[in-house]
Amino acid sequence: MKLYPRQRHRVLQVVTKLVIPFVLLFGLYVQFHGDYGPGGGFQAGVIFASAFILHGLIFGLKRTRDVLSPTVLRFMMASGVLLYAGTGLVTMLFGGELLNYSVLAHEPTHGQHWGIFAVELGVGITVTGVMITLFYGFASKR
Amino acid sequence: MDTFIVLVLLTFLAITAIGIIVLRDLLGAVILLGVYSLTAAGAFVVMDAVDVAFTEAAVGAGISTILFLGALSFTRHEQKPRGHDSWVALVFVVVTGGLLIYGTLDMPYYGSADSPSQTHPELAVRYIQESGTEVGPPNIVTSVLASYRGYDTLGETVVVFAAGVAVLSLLGLRRRRPEDEAPEDAPGDIPAADPQDSQRRKV
Repeated sequence: MKLYPRQRHRVLQVVTKLVIPFVLLFGLYVQFHGDYGPGGGFQAGVIFASAFILHGLIFGLKRTRDVLSPTVLRFMMASGVLLYAGTGLVTMLFGGELLNYSVLAHEPTHGQHWGIFAVELGVGITVTGVMITLFYGFASKR
Repeated sequence: MDTFIVLVLLTFLAITAIGIIVLRDLLGAVILLGVYSLTAAGAFVVMDAVDVAFTEAAVGAGISTILFLGALSFTRHEQKPRGHDSWVALVFVVVTGGLLIYGTLDMPYYGSADSPSQTHPELAVRYIQESGTEVGPPNIVTSVLASYRGYDTLGETVVVFAAGVAVLSLLGLRRRRPEDEAPEDAPGDIPAADPQDSQRRKV
């Protein structure tokens, strides 16, 4: 059984399939290793989005939309910002200032660690959602 | 040695920029834009701004190039030749460019001893000395970005979100109609022989 009956660039498609997991893994590494090396939510979001854009370029927009629908992307765009702002609200609930993560745990540096983790994750989710949305927006107009 | 590498990279930048202006082939210009960003990222690495270089490489050379390619698919790959050159535009560009260069004259030289960050080192010293015990992450850039300046970064995230919403409302994502459910041709696919199918793709 052929999965893609009308294929021409089979080499590109196979190589893409091999590459995408590593791109996603690198994106996660940049996201969660940003505390220790260069990187952070913004770069990680762009790298993570580029994996999906690569998929869309090689396999067509329809198949990428089956993986990640525009509705999910809209949720991602908003939830990232909400996660960021929500972290700020939680720190206020714990009795600190807005986005003062030190109050999140008994040890101030632990609180900072958790806060930065959540905030960077929020940035990453929003940037991923927006970048893929931009690509969908351009590619679906053809 | 560093100065030499930066000089070479900046020369490359200038050559690439001239190339982008001169090229009539838009595809080539887009690729050169990517090269420009990658060269700029190299220059940032030499200046020890690794996080900035990373962002420049990922955003400038990566995503922007792809989005420009997407925009190119709306238009032709060749710039339309013009019969006459607009002198007004030239004067406007030269004056604006001149003003911008004049503005940079007020900026301190790279690594200069009397730049504001050197004459008032309290903030930088505090970040370098205290961020390890105050915030924790070994990467000071992350501490500054996410903790000390968390409010700014929240604003930046909102800006990115706003950009996404703006694109959604301007370009709009086509709602899936039943006829869209038929598998769209991947770029790697051979175009369908079915005439109805090709008609649909023109819409």
